[in-house]
Amino acid sequence: MLLVVRDLTVALPIGGRLVPIVESVSFTLGAREILGIVGESGSGKSMTSLAIMGLIDVPGARVSGSVRFRGRELVGLAPRAYRALRGREIAMIFQDPMTAFTPVYTVGRQIDEQIRVHQKISRADARSRTVRLLGDMGVPDPERVAGRYPHQLSGGLRQRAMIAMALSCNPALLIADEPTTALDVTVQAQILDLLRGLRREYGSSVLLITHDMGVVAETCDRTLVLYSGLVAERGPTGALFAQPGHPYTAALLDSIPPLHGPRPARLPSIPGSPPVPAERPAGCPFAPRCAYAHEACAVRPALVASGVQDIACVLPAEGRPLPPRFVAEMSA
Amino acid sequence: MTRLPVDSPAPLIAAQDLRMTYRVGRGQVLRALDGVSLSVQRGEVLGLVGESGCGKSTLGRCLLRLVQPSGGRVVFDGTDITTLPERRLRPLRQEMQMVFQDSYAALNPRRRVGDLVAEPLRVHPAPGGGWRSRADIAARLAELMDLVGLPQAALARYPHEFSGGQRQRINIARALALSPRLVVADEPVAALDVSIQAQIVNLFMDLRDRLGLTYVFVAHDLAVVRQISTRVAVMYLGAIVELGEADAVLHRPAHPYTAALIAAVPEPVVRTEGLPPPLRGDVPSPIAPPPGCRFHTRCPVARDRCRVDPPTLRGLPDGREVACHYPLVET
Repeated sequence: MLLVVRDLTVALPIGGRLVPIVESVSFTLGAREILGIVGESGSGKSMTSLAIMGLIDVPGARVSGSVRFRGRELVGLAPRAYRALRGREIAMIFQDPMTAFTPVYTVGRQIDEQIRVHQKISRADARSRTVRLLGDMGVPDPERVAGRYPHQLSGGLRQRAMIAMALSCNPALLIADEPTTALDVTVQAQILDLLRGLRREYGSSVLLITHDMGVVAETCDRTLVLYSGLVAERGPTGALFAQPGHPYTAALLDSIPPLHGPRPARLPSIPGSPPVPAERPAGCPFAPRCAYAHEACAVRPALVASGVQDIACVLPAEGRPLPPRFVAEMSA
Repeated sequence: MTRLPVDSPAPLIAAQDLRMTYRVGRGQVLRALDGVSLSVQRGEVLGLVGESGCGKSTLGRCLLRLVQPSGGRVVFDGTDITTLPERRLRPLRQEMQMVFQDSYAALNPRRRVGDLVAEPLRVHPAPGGGWRSRADIAARLAELMDLVGLPQAALARYPHEFSGGQRQRINIARALALSPRLVVADEPVAALDVSIQAQIVNLFMDLRDRLGLTYVFVAHDLAVVRQISTRVAVMYLGAIVELGEADAVLHRPAHPYTAALIAAVPEPVVRTEGLPPPLRGDVPSPIAPPPGCRFHTRCPVARDRCRVDPPTLRGLPDGREVACHYPLVET
């Protein structure tokens, strides 16, 4: 396994006490695998990725549990050692490429530099690698684009340039945090296509953080659903979407208006809103909004195996798993 | 293009050859709207879809005359409002309201919800003339809270005390305070989480049924637009490329751009067959749109004619309109 995360907990000081924002999150990521971490705002998905990258710099924050990358423990790693790792072995791309590039240098120069920080090669060699990378990312006329400033590029081109920069040192792990959220759908489709191709072309594994269940369905091999900082469900994407095991996953999928088939008179919605971390209930965090909540939910449910999925819910153990999801046929 | 809207009877609002141009320096002109004509019947929900920069938000704002169009006409309920002086426009403004994407930016954080929702009731006179009494306003506020599904206690609280979904309910209450007939909603659910988005989409649909409202619903999310709209207009680079019944346009798209847009939506379904190849390239700059059909640079089925001859919107037998020389459905 490339990445093994065990009981990762991130606690931040809020109102004079440490509040766990992310609690006991565990998952693994294999070579050339794409794992989706999906959740709504405040679910802890970005905090999880920042903790893996060692980028949580809130004073008083506490990261506990274990993150093993290629067998090496990252929790508690010295900042210096982390810096050597980031960019070279683990790279990250964000929603807004403008934050990854400085506006004062050309895109090409910034990618060249990134390469030269980690490898001793000449400027000319670095530039030819930059141009090749940009071309691989589907940038038309890569030589010209390398000579342009970030603000001169469209959103889609900037995102491609950022992915090129992230891949410049051939990282084993790429963490992509909402990489397509700011893009239009036709450009999003291009970038997702590119991410799917990375494992083939570059042998990279991808941790894809997103709020969009559609993006997960079309991109990820396995999926982890977070709710209020806890894992609600995880499993192979196909199984999870065909038969979601956690009532939250099922309700979330139901609330997305369908693009095909009959239009529902009303969209099934989830009443209320997720709890803030400081007010998370002691039992199942989803219980206050769950249609299946009962006495057993007053105790925090453990993640238990049910078929190929792991589900943090008491229903499967009570012998009443959720029914398979109904999906209307897509018209050709 | 000077085609008159053919729809009958008299629409609640109609745009005719609407143009909006911005000077962007060095003598360049950005055509945000390049001759848009459409009409919206009473009780209808017209969805405006397209990618960033297509002009959908500009069109929404021009319809309410929140911006002054550079050319063309906007007719609201039989009155040409394009050049109506503000004094005469004001009474009509009560009948057309807007809901924005950013629920927080639209609300003054230092004022209580009750004051925010009451504001339109205080600045506009009552229908019979004269000003509304305190008691009338209080009664109306209570009614509005019920309408949008907020507790009465919300009136005494401040915007920051609410979640994004609740704040959008406050904005909707405010937009409905004067009992408008037309509501233009610009990406009203784009900033919300899906589970909350469903609540607000349902609310829009309920309110339309209960109050007989007419909506122009601007959104980039095709699935949301399909859920709420009776008709859909697809825009690309400042022009409508396809316009028709929501189910016809979204199930059997006639314009290759509509088809590509639909194919690009990631659906929460794991498909066994491969995904369609994505559309190439980015949307061209609206400062220098391509000659001929503005979509030809990305169109998978473009032919020579498309590079030189700009297609105009024309009717198809099923009643929809499409701006394409080679539409994907039978003509």
